Amino acid sequence: MAEAAESPGDPRTTSPRPLFAGLSEISISQDIPVEGEITIPMRSRIRELDSSTLNESVQNTIMRDLKAVGKKFMHVLYPRKSNTLLRDWDLWGPLVLCVTLALMLQRGSADNENDGGPQFAEVFVIIWFGAVTITLNSKLLGGNISFFQSLCVLGYCILPLTVALLVCRLVLLAKPGPINFIVRLFVVIVMFAWSIVASTAFLADSQPPNRKALAIYPVFLFYFVISWMILTFTP
Amino acid sequence: MATTATPAGGSRNGTGPEWGGFEENIQGGGSAVIDMENMDDTSGSSFEDMGELHQRLREEEVDADAAAAEEEDGEFLGMKGFKGQLSRQVADQMWQAGKRQASRAFSLYANIDILRPYFDVEPAQVRSRLLESMIPIKMVNFPQKIAGELYGPLMLVFTLVAILLHGMKTSDTIIREGTLMGTAIGTCFGYWLGVSSFIYFLAYLCNAQITMLQMLALLGYGLFGHCIVLLVTYNIHLHALFYLFWLLVGGLSTLRMVAVLVSRTVGPTQRLLLCGTLAALHMLFLLYLHFAYHKVVEGILDTLEGPNIPPMQRVPRDIPAVLPDVRPPARMLNTTVKAVEVILQSH
Repeated sequence: MAEAAESPGDPRTTSPRPLFAGLSEISISQDIPVEGEITIPMRSRIRELDSSTLNESVQNTIMRDLKAVGKKFMHVLYPRKSNTLLRDWDLWGPLVLCVTLALMLQRGSADNENDGGPQFAEVFVIIWFGAVTITLNSKLLGGNISFFQSLCVLGYCILPLTVALLVCRLVLLAKPGPINFIVRLFVVIVMFAWSIVASTAFLADSQPPNRKALAIYPVFLFYFVISWMILTFTP
Repeated sequence: MATTATPAGGSRNGTGPEWGGFEENIQGGGSAVIDMENMDDTSGSSFEDMGELHQRLREEEVDADAAAAEEEDGEFLGMKGFKGQLSRQVADQMWQAGKRQASRAFSLYANIDILRPYFDVEPAQVRSRLLESMIPIKMVNFPQKIAGELYGPLMLVFTLVAILLHGMKTSDTIIREGTLMGTAIGTCFGYWLGVSSFIYFLAYLCNAQITMLQMLALLGYGLFGHCIVLLVTYNIHLHALFYLFWLLVGGLSTLRMVAVLVSRTVGPTQRLLLCGTLAALHMLFLLYLHFAYHKVVEGILDTLEGPNIPPMQRVPRDIPAVLPDVRPPARMLNTTVKAVEVILQSH
């Protein structure tokens, strides 16, 4: 019985047992410092957090969120194996990137009256449903990553492709021709490779080691489709 | 371990039935400890979102109760806080009922778990199955084995979608790639799911021994041949080459599927019906993919750039008899390249 108490690594042999016993016999008026120790710090910490985030100014909240998003952008641009994107996942960055991409891939109304709206919706739906499909696939293959963590990583790794789109738009301001196309092709290919390397750096560790290729292949297809949309875009 | 269970058992005997709900509260208190550990660890468990929600609600409940108790007297729990304990029991039971309903709503996760065994593959297995899908096996007296997995077929369908999109590669001819993308996805998934269901229905009529999963897997791997043919012929535009690949590669993958079905069906009429239908649909789909998409693109191009370009050069490639004025080498070029030529000439 002492071993059972010692197995969590607690060297004290006598105090954990009364603690556990006290927890279950709490309704019979025993002294319950245990529950106090366990719940009260959490409670006071939660209270502290609530009051601190409720009472701070809006600017502080926004700047904190923006800094978190910016930090994750830096992690994507210089991909190293790190846990930042996974640990504090958020979907602000992916939303901003997806909306930027969808707005810029929209056709102007010069070509067709109906092309403005559906274009935005198509890109939006493709990005989010593609990300959901890849997440489901990686979970079904046995990965231990949470749903939103995976969405976060895939969304943030669209950043290089958004940069590629901006560069392509600038290049398209010059005169059209085969050189134009080759420059754009080169830029898109480089950014496509960067996206895949970035997402692999974050996602590969969560997969079983022998199935990494199976999980990365749909990511490759997903970014390929987005790169194709960017490459074939003409204003 | 029995030793750690005895304290709980002893206390259960001691508390009595009226404290049963309260006992659950304590069990919940135990789980509160576990949730905290999970929150610190963020091991990536997919229940952490539920756990977080549970934890937050539990803490709100604990907060509310603690606030109420603190208003009365300083002691949080104990014999004095009888009313507090009762209200907490009621709150906890309501929480448990709500949680049960939420778990039922979250059974979507359990539905995903149903698919989990079909994704249990290794890369080497996928590779070998891809290669085997091109090799027909002549054993027809004994039912041939079909791998019941969905990863390979699903990835092949997505690859086919990507290849279809890659087929319109130069930007000058792509006007509405959004609509084309939706059509590509709809076509490929529609073919895979629709034809599988139809052949499964026919197999049911013909008493063939094949399940829906096996049919999906079989047809999915049969799309590997389509992927190869389209990948090659979208880059090298020779009609003869396309027909050769259509017969060879398309034919091989069709033969493989036909052999499997024949081995699982009894009776010549049934075999003919089932295999004839599958072969026709599979080969015609490849023809459709090669020709119909180009026509769509060229149709759109016609309506948008009609006045600038003489209509002779806009004729689709699949009607060779109507190309009298085009130079023979030009017939091998992609229409998109012809469009680029024309645009460069007009500058």
